[in-house]
Amino acid sequence: MVKMNSIVIVGYGGYVPRYRIRAEEIARVWGRDRSELPVEEKAVIGLDEDTVTMAVEAAKIALKRAGIPPSKIGAVHVGTESKPYAVKPSGTIVAEAIGAVPRITAADFEFACKAGTEALQFITSLVDAGRIEYGLAIGADTAQGRPGDALEFTAACGAAALIIGKNKSEGVAEIEACTSYVTDTPDFWRREYERYPHHTARFTGDPAYFHHIVNSVKALLENDGYTLNDIDYAVFHQPNVRFPLVAARLLGIDLEKVKPGMVAGSIGNTYAACSLLGLVKVLDQAKPGERILVASFGSGAGSDSYIIRVLEGIESKRGLAPTLDKFIERKTYIDYAVYAKHRRKILM
Amino acid sequence: MSNKVYVAGVGLTKVDEHWWTSLEYLMTEASLKALDDAGVNKVDSIYVGSMLSPVLQEQGHLGALLAEELGLSSVPAIGVEAASASGAAAVYAGAREIESGRANAVLVVGVDKMSDGLAEEVTAAMMIGERQEYVGFIGATFYSLNALIYRLYMDKYNIDQEKIALFPVLCHEHAVNAPHAQYPFKIKLETVLNSPYVAEPLRRFETTAIADGAAALVLVNEETGKKLDSPKTELVIEAATDYLTPFQREDPLWFPAVQLSTSKALERAKLGRQDIKILETFDATSIMAILSLESSGFSERGKAWRLLEKGELSLSGSLPCNTFGGLKARGHPIGATSVYQIAELHLQITRRAGKNQVDNAVAGLAQSLGGIASTAFTTILREV
Repeated sequence: MVKMNSIVIVGYGGYVPRYRIRAEEIARVWGRDRSELPVEEKAVIGLDEDTVTMAVEAAKIALKRAGIPPSKIGAVHVGTESKPYAVKPSGTIVAEAIGAVPRITAADFEFACKAGTEALQFITSLVDAGRIEYGLAIGADTAQGRPGDALEFTAACGAAALIIGKNKSEGVAEIEACTSYVTDTPDFWRREYERYPHHTARFTGDPAYFHHIVNSVKALLENDGYTLNDIDYAVFHQPNVRFPLVAARLLGIDLEKVKPGMVAGSIGNTYAACSLLGLVKVLDQAKPGERILVASFGSGAGSDSYIIRVLEGIESKRGLAPTLDKFIERKTYIDYAVYAKHRRKILM
Repeated sequence: MSNKVYVAGVGLTKVDEHWWTSLEYLMTEASLKALDDAGVNKVDSIYVGSMLSPVLQEQGHLGALLAEELGLSSVPAIGVEAASASGAAAVYAGAREIESGRANAVLVVGVDKMSDGLAEEVTAAMMIGERQEYVGFIGATFYSLNALIYRLYMDKYNIDQEKIALFPVLCHEHAVNAPHAQYPFKIKLETVLNSPYVAEPLRRFETTAIADGAAALVLVNEETGKKLDSPKTELVIEAATDYLTPFQREDPLWFPAVQLSTSKALERAKLGRQDIKILETFDATSIMAILSLESSGFSERGKAWRLLEKGELSLSGSLPCNTFGGLKARGHPIGATSVYQIAELHLQITRRAGKNQVDNAVAGLAQSLGGIASTAFTTILREV
């Protein structure tokens, strides 16, 4: 288990694109039963958006809250499985756009839906080691779902950014502990040159999502001496609205602690951004002193979990930028045809 | 006069989605349990029933494979296939070998592990039990064929779906205390009726789910049985076949193979239907259970629902049916299922059914069907 030495989040930001498609609309097109849809609706990028533009939006919001000059950022790492370029880092574009270049490290992380928290592991380590003063960790995705596949109902777009530093007086929250649980579990994958991922249906439940999240969280709690009573909010990766609630039940966590961080129902599964957007939503409402458990899940498979304690700084910094709910509530509905155009699903 | 056949031991794995284990492990575990239960460590031959393993695991040759796993290599061991009745077909082969006097003790195992395939792969694999050339190629599935029969049945007898949909409710009630059941919880009729269509009018809760499991029996002759301390039952098994496609039959709502195998088994056991105190019916779908009850003569045609409505099929009824949850709630790991059915009868008759024990379980009958009753095995177990 990793004990963190005064690692704080000095700024945070979430971004969700404006467009929404209702799961019912997708069901209508494919003739699916509408009684058991995994989410209500999902967020879709505009024609001029991609993972990098969303990452920039989230980073700019995080910077506003952090109140630091971007040149002080020493590392920009983007976790994503939908890089606009197969070869060329998204991190460099983001860093350039926000003015963090050139004295930085920049690279992209890929670990399915936990790439964002994986970037966070790396950034917190750099800060903890004293290699950089501030670092920017981003989870962003324009997730792919094959037309007609179960994933199409949930695969969504969004980005979340955290600026990490060491000075508690600047922090909105302190990352107290973290751990990771990883095995070779092929529940979901996309090979090179493939447009859409493959998945193994129910196999992605028990042996993948639940096994890794439960073990990651249990290890974190047991080894760092936390009990469930220490946790005020629990944020899990949200491939749909049901899985995080089941994970909470398996861990004995009160569902009321999970609900404040639920975002998938209204924006879908934003993959690498998903659990971080849940954290952003909780930071938008939590009080100083409260503790947040965050557990991501990435297919392939693994789970990072974090214990984060909210600091006094949240009160003054929260209002410096729009809350996530502003983005969630700002929406324009599109039908399947427009969605297909925005997501470049129509190939001539 | 053929030798008598006794069941001397049974072994069951829990029916589940066994993500952490393999087909080999499941059948080995069930076998070891059955051998332990019987108190034997060697057998004269082994029969393994499985339908889907050549497709889903790309694994055949299960006989030699299991013998190897058990450390019994050199023992004759054969895989047996008869669609979803593959397990019963293995029992049939094992029983006939003992009856003929060529074996004293036989290990019979049924196994399938459906979770190794995606739902669409499993659905396609299930169609190997149908006639591919005429039926499979049009895209029909096991469930769509059931749905057609279901419609015909409701039309012919003017019966509402809610009468038939009571069957899964009964099964779940019986599974509550079954340690090896896949779904040991109760459901309401509304749950069944509100579940999505699989193929209209057949709803999800009237079908079975992806399931993994293995069940095993040790069959012995009378002489061997006398030397063993384990509780025993006497087994009689008969079989019959029919056209693969129900719509080629004179009447798709009548299962002649069920009728014939039931009559043959009762006749050989010298029992009447009134002597049968517990019944295991093959509820791969609710409508199949209903038609089996009628074709086997335990209900008048078009009236099986009345047995359900009156509670006759409940544990405290006159003919307790699917006493550990049946295919719906104990689970339906295809090739293993009929061995579970027979093992469950054995547990009842040897008074080892725990909270599900039926008082006067002195004789029971299991119907095991391959396809839509294209193969029917009827197994009768009785007290010894």
